[in-house]
Amino acid sequence: MTAPSKGRKLLEVSGLTMDFGGLRAIDSVGLDIFEGEIVALIGPNGAGKTTFFNCVTGIYEPTAGEVMIHPPGEKSRRINGMKPNRITTLGMARTFQNIRLFPAMTVLENVMIGRHCRTGTSILDAILNSRRAVREERETVEKSYRLLKKVGLADVADEFSRNLSYGAQRRLEIARAMATDPFLLLLDEPAAGMNPQETLELDELIVRIRSEDKLAILLIEHDMKLVMSISDRIYVMEYGKEIAQGTPREIKENPRVIEAYLGEEAHA
Amino acid sequence: MDFQYLFELLCGGVVKGSIYALIALGYTMVYGIIQLINFAHGEVYMIGAFVAFIVAGILTLTGYSGLTVLVLAAVVALIYAAAYGYTLEKIAYRPLRNAPRLSPLISAIGASIFLMNYVQLAQTPDFLPFPELVADFEFMEPIARYVSSVDLVILIVTTVTMIALTVLIKYTRIGKAMRATQQDMVMARLVGVNVDRVISATFIIGSVLAAIAGVLIASRTGQINSAIGFMAGLKAFTAAVLGGIGNIPGAVLGGLVLGIAETLGAGYISSAYEDVFAFGLLVLILILRPAGLLGKAVKQKV
Repeated sequence: MTAPSKGRKLLEVSGLTMDFGGLRAIDSVGLDIFEGEIVALIGPNGAGKTTFFNCVTGIYEPTAGEVMIHPPGEKSRRINGMKPNRITTLGMARTFQNIRLFPAMTVLENVMIGRHCRTGTSILDAILNSRRAVREERETVEKSYRLLKKVGLADVADEFSRNLSYGAQRRLEIARAMATDPFLLLLDEPAAGMNPQETLELDELIVRIRSEDKLAILLIEHDMKLVMSISDRIYVMEYGKEIAQGTPREIKENPRVIEAYLGEEAHA
Repeated sequence: MDFQYLFELLCGGVVKGSIYALIALGYTMVYGIIQLINFAHGEVYMIGAFVAFIVAGILTLTGYSGLTVLVLAAVVALIYAAAYGYTLEKIAYRPLRNAPRLSPLISAIGASIFLMNYVQLAQTPDFLPFPELVADFEFMEPIARYVSSVDLVILIVTTVTMIALTVLIKYTRIGKAMRATQQDMVMARLVGVNVDRVISATFIIGSVLAAIAGVLIASRTGQINSAIGFMAGLKAFTAAVLGGIGNIPGAVLGGLVLGIAETLGAGYISSAYEDVFAFGLLVLILILRPAGLLGKAVKQKV
């Protein structure tokens, strides 16, 4: 895969540091994502990858450093310490390592809730069943169905999400994140626990999302085959520090990475 | 066995129970979303009754019909109560959102005591006569022994309110956001739900329900004072726990069961022990089904 010509920068993280008491979970990490890119963040367990996600999506407030976003067509913003729902509204959506769907809602409702920040029907509108409420509801349902079709779940739209198979739940999480109209999608180990067939489908889905929806994607992943095949660039973390970045080929050949990460796997 | 008497008691129980249910809904909705037992909820109910009393007092002078006055008084009471519920959450609970669970609970008890005494000082500690606003309907005469006209109004209003609430939660945008917040607050934030606003809305809705209950009960018993919120709140809380706290149909069922148990106990044994039946039932249910009638045993998430 050829690296795309670098377009506009979307996410710009510099010097990101996160302390938990005396423990430095992330130590001055920088990361950039450009338009249309698929970027992977890899590293051994406990390297601080998920903590990095949590800092960027507003679950944690970083101890130090800058998180800047440059939404297409809007002005740039520093998002350190912003509430997660604000950040989502600004255009970054994420999924979790462990599945966090709303189990007692239907598949369709799970996606519809993602539209919440893009709609504005008030209680009063709903009570009066105003024209706006009706139109918005119809649009929300249509858009949600389109997303479900994209991830191949349209025919189970009325099932409770907890009844879906594991792979289907993972795809639903992606659909729900996409319902928020993001310009950047953050996927935390999307292939975790999937069988090879499901991983292959996911691979295809991620690439399709990038090309059809013009989204940039940042993913944490342990499945090296997936990472190497779809990423344009890769960042490697170890013990909270960034130890390398580059194209998949560069990373594969980087001795530091082989020692820290691939080496560990070879020993295992 | 006197079936007529039994039926009479059952009807009374259902009316009483549906009021408990209305208040219990507020407890259960708030608990479902932020795991807080809002002990000041009973006071919102009391304030609703007081506002309605004052407005009704003024409006009666204008010569409107009883039902019109009741509706207008209720509307003002709802708006007032909603404002109280909203403010209460902002002042007493929001600053403690991330504190240990005991802190907001104590704050709730404090808010309850404050509101009760505030109304007592600002208004009066005495019982006030609530005007009789629902005149007896003629068509109710044949069954007036079982269900009075006020009772009929209560049953209709509570039923409509509960249906409206169900529709709100099931089908509207804010309802979906409420359910999502209840199931996973962090994730709800991450899909862009403004959780703070959802919590405010929950308090507002709960307070509106409590105020409706306050107005209805005041027009049934015909008197109010600043302390009525305490017992009503306690009973409704009992109803919510009985049905399974956090569970909305559970609150309705719990309210009805509680109301019926109380009236049956009072009617067949002794009305002096009315409260004993209510709380005795609670103890029994907690022993036999600790999660409540419709509650599910919750596994602690790790």
